[in-house]
Amino acid sequence: MTSILTNLFDGVAYGMLLFVLACGLAVTLGLMNFVNLAHGAFAMAGGYVCMVLVNRMGWPFFAALPLAFVSSAAIGIALERTLYRHLYARSHLDQVLFTIGLTFMSVAAVDYIQGSSRVFINLPAALQGQFDVFGVGIGRYRLMIIAICGLLTIALQMVLAKTRFGSRLRAAVDDPRAASGLGINVPQVFAFTFAFGCGLAGLGGALSAEILGLDPYFPLKFMIYFLIVVTVGGSSSITGPFLASLLLGIGDVAGKYYVPKMGPFVIYTMMIVILIWRPNGLFGRTAAR
Amino acid sequence: MNAASDVGFHAQRQARWHYGEVAFWLIVLACGFVFPTRYLIMTDILRLALFAMSLDLILGYAGIVSLGHAAFFGVGAYAAGLLALHGIINEPVLALIVAGLAAMVLGFATSFLVIRGVDLTRLMVTLGIALLLEALAERFSNITGGTDGLQGIEMQPIFGEISFDMFGKTGFFYSLAVLFVLFLFARRVVHSPFGLSLRAIKNNPLRAAAIGIPVNRRLIAIYTLAAFYAGIAGALFTQTTAIASLDVFAFDRSADLMLVLVIGGTGYLYGGLIGAVIFRMLQEVFATITPQYWQFWIGLVLVVIVLVGRQRLHRWVLYVPNLVIKQFAGRKAVVAVPESDA
Repeated sequence: MTSILTNLFDGVAYGMLLFVLACGLAVTLGLMNFVNLAHGAFAMAGGYVCMVLVNRMGWPFFAALPLAFVSSAAIGIALERTLYRHLYARSHLDQVLFTIGLTFMSVAAVDYIQGSSRVFINLPAALQGQFDVFGVGIGRYRLMIIAICGLLTIALQMVLAKTRFGSRLRAAVDDPRAASGLGINVPQVFAFTFAFGCGLAGLGGALSAEILGLDPYFPLKFMIYFLIVVTVGGSSSITGPFLASLLLGIGDVAGKYYVPKMGPFVIYTMMIVILIWRPNGLFGRTAAR
Repeated sequence: MNAASDVGFHAQRQARWHYGEVAFWLIVLACGFVFPTRYLIMTDILRLALFAMSLDLILGYAGIVSLGHAAFFGVGAYAAGLLALHGIINEPVLALIVAGLAAMVLGFATSFLVIRGVDLTRLMVTLGIALLLEALAERFSNITGGTDGLQGIEMQPIFGEISFDMFGKTGFFYSLAVLFVLFLFARRVVHSPFGLSLRAIKNNPLRAAAIGIPVNRRLIAIYTLAAFYAGIAGALFTQTTAIASLDVFAFDRSADLMLVLVIGGTGYLYGGLIGAVIFRMLQEVFATITPQYWQFWIGLVLVVIVLVGRQRLHRWVLYVPNLVIKQFAGRKAVVAVPESDA
């Protein structure tokens, strides 16, 4: 019984992490209709920035996290302004090719700079180990992840639903032409959203080094997971991807624990079945895009 | 002349063999005699060309974007490997066809999943299928040999007569023959009314359906055929290298294939063949400059190609040939820019 609860807890932490990693992709893919397979590269950038700051320069872990966010967002906005924005109107094939190219470049570049082995971030002692609550083992680090990611999710939902920027974004997504006719600077809104999504991915990358493992092949290894979150969750709101990532996290952890031999088989089968059953995602709108 | 015969006339004129095509195949054949020390890499190029042609059938002609074409390549590779390893079918040509059919069955089964949904769903489903197969191959390592792959495959002579030699000469001409036969078939298919209907579907599925083309059935047919081609390419890989390992399913393989097709151009059969030659040469060059990091340059090539624009790039490449042809033949250039992309 307790092992089920511990697994559930780990799965929730894993899912939350996936959500923070992938919700930027939900914006670019779902809202801007841009297939960004290089999303994992931004996450990796954040992870490596955090690693360098903490391990080599001796920054405290919690000070390095915001910087991981900022640096990934900065890379994101630079690339968006220089390269990505030329490709919004192109075919999906072009976008796929372009972002695969970027992914390959990032993998080789990080390999060149930092070496190809897995890196670890030195965690403060307060985050290590676990404690028991009624016999259920709770990892401190995972608890922190749930706290941070939970707060982020609530904040995101509030921003989207309540603020002026949120309504602009939703308007731009529903109908870019009408939105720009109403005086909304659509490219600016998109650029800002893209950068913010990349920043979140960077933060996720920094947090995930401990759980998912951080090495130069990160963008390729987890690309499919990010895509699953977005396609299964749909893109009409952030609740969809959130639920999808929780499902994926719990499913993956449980799958690895109870049927270790089947490996990632469970996840892929689930994804294909869901996509066949609901091509627009479990929680998606039925509108054709 | 009524409309139907008019269309027929133009279609037939399009389908005629040009001198350039004959020359192309003669050059390929000549390469086999001119560079006797380079059989291994040339065989590699032929295999890649066949694989790229397979993707071109669905991407260039039917407009299906696939990120998991390696699935069929892998199935073909493992099928051929297992057939040879356990001595079920010893004759290579027969084994090749059986391996192709195995991939074809998978292609037919998965085509129903692929034709549903839009581009994005297709990307995901094709990628998912390839990953699924990779996971399966890893799981059933008692059959597939796991990460070590199938080892100790010994190829029997072709038709019981021509045995494989260690320099890869037989392998090269065998691959070339297979490629040529399959090319002829593909050429026939894309110039047939069936092939024309595929182009119509690619340009506008809704309109194609409105003029009475059974869109889904056509897509299933071409996807199945492409799977067969990819399976043959995979089987050739196993037969000429005598190994089959998990990396036949790898994502890199599908991604590289995209690059091959993008370099060569989609929507005309020679695109895959030319792309394979250029891609492999690029890879060689990059690998000699920076052995470990050639992937960076491959990525850069992809990015640059997309940013410059594929059509513009092809116009540039064909600028000089067109100029020459104009000078000497005194007519409009015959080297046409391939049709617009998917």
